[in-house]
Amino acid sequence: MVGKTESQNGAVKATAAPAMNLESDLFSNFSFKSFKLKTKQQELLLRVSILGLVYILAFITRLFSVLRYESMIHEFDPYFNYRTTLFLTEKGFYEFWNWFDSESWYPLGRIIGGTLYPGLMVTAAFIYWTLRFLRFAVHIREVCVLTAPFFASNTTVVAYFFGKEIWDSGAGLVAAAFIAICPGYISRSVAGSYDNEGVAIFALLLTFYLFVKAVNTGSLAWALASAFGYFYMVSAWGGYVFIINLIPLYVLVLLITGRYSMRLYVAYNCMYVLGMLLAMQIRFVGFQHVQSGEHMAAMGVFFLMQVFYFLDWVKYMLSDTKLFQAFLRITVTSAVAVGALALGVGTASGYISPWTGRFYSLLDPTYAKDNIPIIASVSEHQPTAWSSFMFDFHILLFLFPAGLYFCFKKLSDATIFIVMYGLTSMYFAGVMVRLILVATPAVCLISAIAVSATIKNLTSLLRTKSKTAVAGSSKGTGGSKASSKASFDQSQPFQKNGAIALLLGAFYLLSKYATHCTWVTSEAYSSPSIVLAARGAHGNRVIFDDYREAYFWLRQNTPPDAKVMSWWDYGYQITAMGNRTVIVDNNTWNNTHIATVGRAMSSYEDEAYEIMRSLDVDYVLVVFGGVTGYSSDDINKFLWMVRIGGGVFPVIKEPDYLVNGDYRVDKGAAPKMLNCLMYKLSYYRFGELVTEYGKPPGYDRARGVEIGNKDIKLEHLEEAFTTSNWIVRIYKVKPPNNRW
Amino acid sequence: MEALLRPRIMLSLTIILIPIFLFISGASSHQIRINNAERRIDLSTHIVKVFLTLKVENTGKTSASEILLAFPPTQVDHLAFLEALAATGKKKKKTYVSLAVKPTQLPDAPNETNYYTIVLANPLNTGETATLEILYILTHSLEPFPVEISQSESQLVYYRDSALILSPYHIKQQTTFIKIPSNKVESFTRVEPTDRAGNELKYGPYEDRPPYSYSPLLVHFENNNPFSVVEELVREVEISHWGNLQITEQYKLAHAGARHKGIFSRVDYQSKPTFSGVSSFKHLLARLPPRVHSVYYRDEIGNISTSHLRADSWKISELEIEPRYPLFGGWRATFVIGYGLPLEDFLFESSDGRRYLNFTFGCPLVETVVDKLTIKVVLPEGAKGPSAVVPFPVEQRLETKYSYLDVVGRTVVVLEKKNVVPVHNIPFQVYYTFKPIFMLAEPMMLASAFFLFFTACVAYLHVDLSIRK
Repeated sequence: MVGKTESQNGAVKATAAPAMNLESDLFSNFSFKSFKLKTKQQELLLRVSILGLVYILAFITRLFSVLRYESMIHEFDPYFNYRTTLFLTEKGFYEFWNWFDSESWYPLGRIIGGTLYPGLMVTAAFIYWTLRFLRFAVHIREVCVLTAPFFASNTTVVAYFFGKEIWDSGAGLVAAAFIAICPGYISRSVAGSYDNEGVAIFALLLTFYLFVKAVNTGSLAWALASAFGYFYMVSAWGGYVFIINLIPLYVLVLLITGRYSMRLYVAYNCMYVLGMLLAMQIRFVGFQHVQSGEHMAAMGVFFLMQVFYFLDWVKYMLSDTKLFQAFLRITVTSAVAVGALALGVGTASGYISPWTGRFYSLLDPTYAKDNIPIIASVSEHQPTAWSSFMFDFHILLFLFPAGLYFCFKKLSDATIFIVMYGLTSMYFAGVMVRLILVATPAVCLISAIAVSATIKNLTSLLRTKSKTAVAGSSKGTGGSKASSKASFDQSQPFQKNGAIALLLGAFYLLSKYATHCTWVTSEAYSSPSIVLAARGAHGNRVIFDDYREAYFWLRQNTPPDAKVMSWWDYGYQITAMGNRTVIVDNNTWNNTHIATVGRAMSSYEDEAYEIMRSLDVDYVLVVFGGVTGYSSDDINKFLWMVRIGGGVFPVIKEPDYLVNGDYRVDKGAAPKMLNCLMYKLSYYRFGELVTEYGKPPGYDRARGVEIGNKDIKLEHLEEAFTTSNWIVRIYKVKPPNNRW
Repeated sequence: MEALLRPRIMLSLTIILIPIFLFISGASSHQIRINNAERRIDLSTHIVKVFLTLKVENTGKTSASEILLAFPPTQVDHLAFLEALAATGKKKKKTYVSLAVKPTQLPDAPNETNYYTIVLANPLNTGETATLEILYILTHSLEPFPVEISQSESQLVYYRDSALILSPYHIKQQTTFIKIPSNKVESFTRVEPTDRAGNELKYGPYEDRPPYSYSPLLVHFENNNPFSVVEELVREVEISHWGNLQITEQYKLAHAGARHKGIFSRVDYQSKPTFSGVSSFKHLLARLPPRVHSVYYRDEIGNISTSHLRADSWKISELEIEPRYPLFGGWRATFVIGYGLPLEDFLFESSDGRRYLNFTFGCPLVETVVDKLTIKVVLPEGAKGPSAVVPFPVEQRLETKYSYLDVVGRTVVVLEKKNVVPVHNIPFQVYYTFKPIFMLAEPMMLASAFFLFFTACVAYLHVDLSIRK
């Protein structure tokens, strides 16, 4: 496949990346005499082998977590995906599609088929079935663990073709290499991170690439392929909304800048109509494409395209320009009026739903904080700090503007697209940490253009020096390059040295990037967060496997229909690993239900007992880091429970838990804080324990204070299990006392 | 209360029934007499071992070749192992000959008594005596009482038996010794003469007891040894003729002692290990064959990081495993242990050209009862004519398994046995024929697949498929 496209395009374009030429020159020294005849083949070989190496690199760099820990599913959401994939492979597709899951959101339950993006699970199951068919006796867990790295590898190939489409094959190769190791992408695609984003970034980039290809060629086939890419994206991730808004925006920009063409008309109409129809097949998305405010831009642009086409046709038919001007005015006014009226009526009648809170919070970073505490409580929804940009992009952050410069210099339909993609996604990346992921492909591509164009210029300078006559004419394809060469021609004496120095500098930067990426991957993004590792006193590695200890205990030693109440973070893990029913989980669709749990956690024990009785709770699970110094435990998350609970039940008031605005757990803490359920469950009998030498008993290592309430008595609950490092504590809700 | 009533009822039943048995019992019973019987019951772990020494004499007219052993129905269900040896020679030059034992049904068995027949090597002529050493092992015979205990209590159990040995023969003199793990005994039935010295109870000697004498006996004592029971164990032994034997063992472990009641307090468990959770257990020891490699220990949700392997190239390797949490009474844990072994230690060629696997039956965990053991021997693809030789009765069947790159599937010899105790850890053999050429099938398949792939690539690059010219 790779080779085929290469050979065709190579014949048409007759461009060869200088970087590649340099290497093929090096290569040629060892080659036979007849190499001149085979330059093209050698270049193809080099390109394919580089791409192959990048493909492998992208896969193996994501395996740190498997090597360091084990082949396991990470984090929170992936556990749900894993559980559903397991169900899919065991019960088949129709059972999966009609699955009503009574193990989550007790007593409401959850219609799984209608509330998830099935793309990831179906993909993994398909890979699993294929391997099984080929008699590879793999376990579904291994498939799930390696799905994200596999798709990351595929993304590098797409990035190569995309880079080739917008710039040249050199830029494509650099882009593939960049995206293979870019931490912004690795953070969501290490082995074990079995989440929608793992396949969605591949689908996103594929859709964009195919669409740009369709716009460039005007071919129905590519537009159709792009529609299927879009369908895959819709099936995989809610981030498809970005595509369905970016592409119309891009079309609009092309229309405004006078770049309307038949190619664009074919590409957009085919992609939009088919993409929309296909997307409606996903039950979770349903009719949103025609009913939700977030998708209206695409529809508006679709009608605008028709108006444009119609006007074009009228212009062609009418010879009189004056008459056409008048016609234009009337048509545009009436079209806009009809569109606005339709939107107004649709919104007013409730047919078109207004924008959702998540969408608002994307456009306005402060929205969530004021209105939706549950979105604001998630750490990955916080606005991005500069340091995390630097952490995730490293040199790409500096190369990005340079790439934009190159793009603007050689403006085409394709470069306009990548510029718009880059700018919009960078804005969103600034709003939410997790959206750095969406920006990563654009940043990699644009930076790759910068790197490729710079190195191309520099190497061609080096080469013109040695063989002035040959290189000048044959390599002059890009206008930008010719001009830059002209400017360099004036400073002949330092030209070569300067070019060498700059090349060395570029290689230094790139090698730094590679080391940084590897370091970030190994240090920051390869921890499964289920198993915690720490350094012991003698430098040995200490493993805290408390989560799985607790979940496995639940799985083995509680009645199969036991209901477990915990904060929603642990819901997916409890259902997947503990195989028990939970009250709330990470699919935060019902704010009231979560608020009820938040209320129970922040009430006094007897009030909480009433709530727990009404929810049929059998066990309560809390996460506590006071013994190990694990800081992301429930006590530190507690204020969010209070806020979310208080958002629905005004009985819960945040100031009751604070002392002069300070959040404390020691003796000076608020009395309500010292006696609420969460405090009691976290610190029950903790006052008897000496955690650190030289500190009083009941010293909380996560917060560095001695706790304020050491004499905790539980009336309606009893300790059922506490893990060896106390990280997870499980309490049993006692049945009500006998009345007689 | 109920537990106390039951022995009484049994006792009264026995008293009523004994005279009836005397009349029914067959002619063969009369000609054998047991001169001296000594029984030692070892209750130190949850596996009850009974050593019985019988001095039998033929007092009848004809020679006898069979000796009957009688078991009450409650014991027969828990009988895991029975072995009889005939001792010959005098004191120092004693040699033991293993005797065949088979279950027997007698038409006139009183009160559902079950019998086992010991077939003597040499028939016992009139007036001759013989010494039989019998070992039998009972599982699930210690009944926790109280049934539920809290974390701070220690575990007390009941053991029920008869002070008199149940036998279809007249016993002239008999003594029973019961060994208990510690000297903490709550109560024990007195059937005079009864004596207690430290951790040993002595019943008898009793003189001249008629056949089917029965005198219920109940010992209530402390036993904090781990009651580790594997409810189901599936051991899969996969033979690869490339030099590896891969073992995968799936355990469903349970603590079969007194159920845990109420709270589990980590503070108490960590700070007072001698008072808190004494009947629970944290570690298990598995004895693996020497030269074991690539050992793993995991469960459905991943690797369990608490295990230690003491591997020695010549001795037995010891794997100390720790379930994710300490097991209290009634708690369960499932896990998988897997390891590889060098094939040359276990696979041999027999004289008739067939190959045979010589592997240990039973469970590698020390002092553990397995309620249901399934051994699956996965033969390499292309192996033919499998047959298993096991020294005791097991259920056998064949299955087919598909593993990596299998086309026709691998033959699996499945051996099933219930109630397995450590004495069952003896070798068994699986014979089969295998042509070494089959070893090359899978590499050849892979090589040809790659070859085809590259050929297809080359062809694709060189053929112009475009419609336009």
